[in-house]
Amino acid sequence: MATRKFQIYKGDHKNGELVNFETEVNEGMVVLDVVLKIQAELANDLAVRWNCKAGKCGSCSVEINGKPKLSCMTRMNQYGPDETITITPLKTFPVIKDIVTDVSWNYTQNKRIKPVKLAPEAKTDKGYVMYQEDVGRVQEFRKCIECYLCQNVCHILRDHDKKDEFIGPRFMIRVASLEMHPLDIVDRIPELKKEFGSGMCNVTRCCTEVCPEDINITDNGIIPLKERVIDRFYDPVTILSRKIFGKRKKKLPPIKP
Amino acid sequence: MSSNAAIAIRSKGFAKTLRKDRWWLYPALVLFGLTSFLVYGFWSAWQADFYWYSAGQEGFGGYLAPFYSPLLFIKEGVEGAAPMAHAIFGSWPEGWPSWLPPSPSLLILAVPGIFRFTCYYYRKAYYRAFTGTPPACAVGALPRNRKSGYKGETGLMLVQNIHRITMYFALMYIIVFFYDAYLSFFRAGELGLGVGSILLLGNPILLTCYTFGCHSIRHLVSGSRDCYSCSMNGKIAHKNGKIVGWLNQRHELFAWLSLIWIVVADFYIRMVSMGYITDLNTWV
Repeated sequence: MATRKFQIYKGDHKNGELVNFETEVNEGMVVLDVVLKIQAELANDLAVRWNCKAGKCGSCSVEINGKPKLSCMTRMNQYGPDETITITPLKTFPVIKDIVTDVSWNYTQNKRIKPVKLAPEAKTDKGYVMYQEDVGRVQEFRKCIECYLCQNVCHILRDHDKKDEFIGPRFMIRVASLEMHPLDIVDRIPELKKEFGSGMCNVTRCCTEVCPEDINITDNGIIPLKERVIDRFYDPVTILSRKIFGKRKKKLPPIKP
Repeated sequence: MSSNAAIAIRSKGFAKTLRKDRWWLYPALVLFGLTSFLVYGFWSAWQADFYWYSAGQEGFGGYLAPFYSPLLFIKEGVEGAAPMAHAIFGSWPEGWPSWLPPSPSLLILAVPGIFRFTCYYYRKAYYRAFTGTPPACAVGALPRNRKSGYKGETGLMLVQNIHRITMYFALMYIIVFFYDAYLSFFRAGELGLGVGSILLLGNPILLTCYTFGCHSIRHLVSGSRDCYSCSMNGKIAHKNGKIVGWLNQRHELFAWLSLIWIVVADFYIRMVSMGYITDLNTWV
């Protein structure tokens, strides 16, 4: 047991303050444990969003000492014994109350993406034979828990406030998971360039750095999508190849015997 | 903190952050590393001399400084210049501006320069270190005050999309550098080994690891496919993609190793050619 110092933001989007708290911290505690302890013992009106406490629901995203993190997965022992720990809401989104933010903008972005449309035989009794190598890339993106830490840290949304021009890293990998799906037959490359703002991303990889699921968002998701845009619009070799040989027809996995 | 904390935690401005760690270390190291490379690179290219060493012996073999390879044209009568036989197009062209040194390096640096400039790894490095967009994660980016604001890689930086094209040319440079390495194991037609040979062999090996870990190559080799099991080509692409993917995961490592190595190799050959360093080798 040791007494530790905390500063937690209390207020709404327009007015608020960093309130000082001191509380006993036990070995093995995570930051969310401490926040809930403070809520129970020192500030009953402190608004906190949390759910699974296992790093799988993505609800407890906050900024701890300025770094976007899941508070339930951030152990207290990674901070120095005399260090004051500052807990603030996600900077990119409007504060509802205290450290709870309104992330509903993200849900509207999700709706902009064309849903999956499966190849014809997928819905029949036959279906396709699926191999691990064909779905491995997509599975990485499906690990996303929608905590929106990547959306929060992305400087295009956070500092430049270009929410109308860039869909954000989370939804870039959602597009990637659909575009790379072996059975999906929808083309999303034109809107990826024109509407979703693939060119806005300057691949500084902050989204990858903060991802609690260790999804390699930039290298495995965003950059491959940028390369597909280059294939379509900028590479003279692939453009010429399409002109001469025609558009490559999507090959589908073998139909079940 | 006072009641204006709501404004404080959302305030925007260059390098504004609540982070308490040493976030500035990475951009500072990159700033130092890339600036040093640029200063050396331009200095070396501007010299136009002492880029070749064969201990004064004629015949097949010798060390060619990598910043000067391939030799398109050679100016005769320059100290430390390669023999004319090594020039692809012959002697130095007439009408070269007098204010520009007759340096073969100035003719060939653009392609590898642009290849690295547009590389997906270096973009992260210099956007953070040089343009502050952002300097580090959750650290305030340099504000864009013009009306259009931040445009990412859609405006002027649309030029980044030529990375694929420069990659095609960069592959040719690797072949040239391997030939230079082969050349460095000979002196007047005699097979041997020197410190310069090792440096000139390490250069294309590291450049190969860097170039074949390129995101554009990964895309062309395997990334552009949605299905690997659909054809024999897909299965081959998947196997090749694993190799390229391994290199791609280490792209940053090879980007720096190859950058440092090429500077060391170039500087070493320049110093040997000028007589400041005695090359240890088996020919003496």
